[in-house]
Amino acid sequence: MRNEAGRGGGGYLAGARAGLPFALAAGVVAISFGVLARSLGWGVLAPIVFSVITFSASAQFAVAAVLGAGGGVFAAIAAAVLLNARFLPMGAAVAPFLKGGPLRRALEGQAIVDASWALANRGGGRFDREFMIGATVPQFAAWIVGTVVGVLANDVVGDVERLGLDVIFPAFFLALLVVELKSGGRRAIAAAAIAVALAAALVPFAPPGVPVLAACVAALLGLRGRS
Amino acid sequence: MSALWVAIVAVTLASAAIKAAGPILVGGRELPPQVNAVIALLAPALLAALVVTETFGDDGHLVLDERALGVGAAAVALALRAPVLLAVALAALVTALVRLFG
Repeated sequence: MRNEAGRGGGGYLAGARAGLPFALAAGVVAISFGVLARSLGWGVLAPIVFSVITFSASAQFAVAAVLGAGGGVFAAIAAAVLLNARFLPMGAAVAPFLKGGPLRRALEGQAIVDASWALANRGGGRFDREFMIGATVPQFAAWIVGTVVGVLANDVVGDVERLGLDVIFPAFFLALLVVELKSGGRRAIAAAAIAVALAAALVPFAPPGVPVLAACVAALLGLRGRS
Repeated sequence: MSALWVAIVAVTLASAAIKAAGPILVGGRELPPQVNAVIALLAPALLAALVVTETFGDDGHLVLDERALGVGAAAVALALRAPVLLAVALAALVTALVRLFG
């Protein structure tokens, strides 16, 4: 194992440092969520509580999109669940590296968010638990602070888009992808290419969340003989 | 308004359950090598799909707009070995400029 028992404080700190740029991005996205929620008439309390207890950009925006468009509660919940279904394989992947009994593992699993999970990926199916949890902490804090700012100052939504801040997440994910492709070799490149094709093909037909979830199928390439 | 709270609570519980499922079911067991090989490819697959949906996806459509230019600029910067933060800032800057003048 990468982490000897009783140690790992450095891992948390290193993770938190690595998570800082993503925290900045999360904060900006959270501001736009707060503004959007406010514009939908959600008031001040509900969006903030939502961010504190759910802490999921994709799920929260999905609920806002569906309810905002006049959709029903079940449609909103279904959309959010589909979007977050990707955390199922991601959680299974980090599971062997978490600590304690089922309850503690379940709690530690809550630290799984896209950026932290990818940052803590050490290749070959290995994950750095402390690094992942550390990276999530600043993002969680920024998510809450950003939501509060957005809810209270709800006249900046135009600015978020005008400043081009909506591309910071895809740009960050691209940077993480480049790291994966450099270390993962030809199989990683092939898996990414298949994922791109699947996601692009499904966006026009499938409900939100399904394209990214279906793209996970590309990872089955790992079952083929060693290249 | 209560519909909103129902959604908030349900989504929170569902999301927490989804994240907890893997850690609880798999536990501390070492996974077989084939599973590890699949997991190793999950990151590139997921990240690639997220880049596609967040760059080109727009409410169930694939669109080529200012975001593609911004993320494209980041791709060029990363290919030229620019630091990540610079590449990301460039993406936002290009997107903003194209929106301003486009």
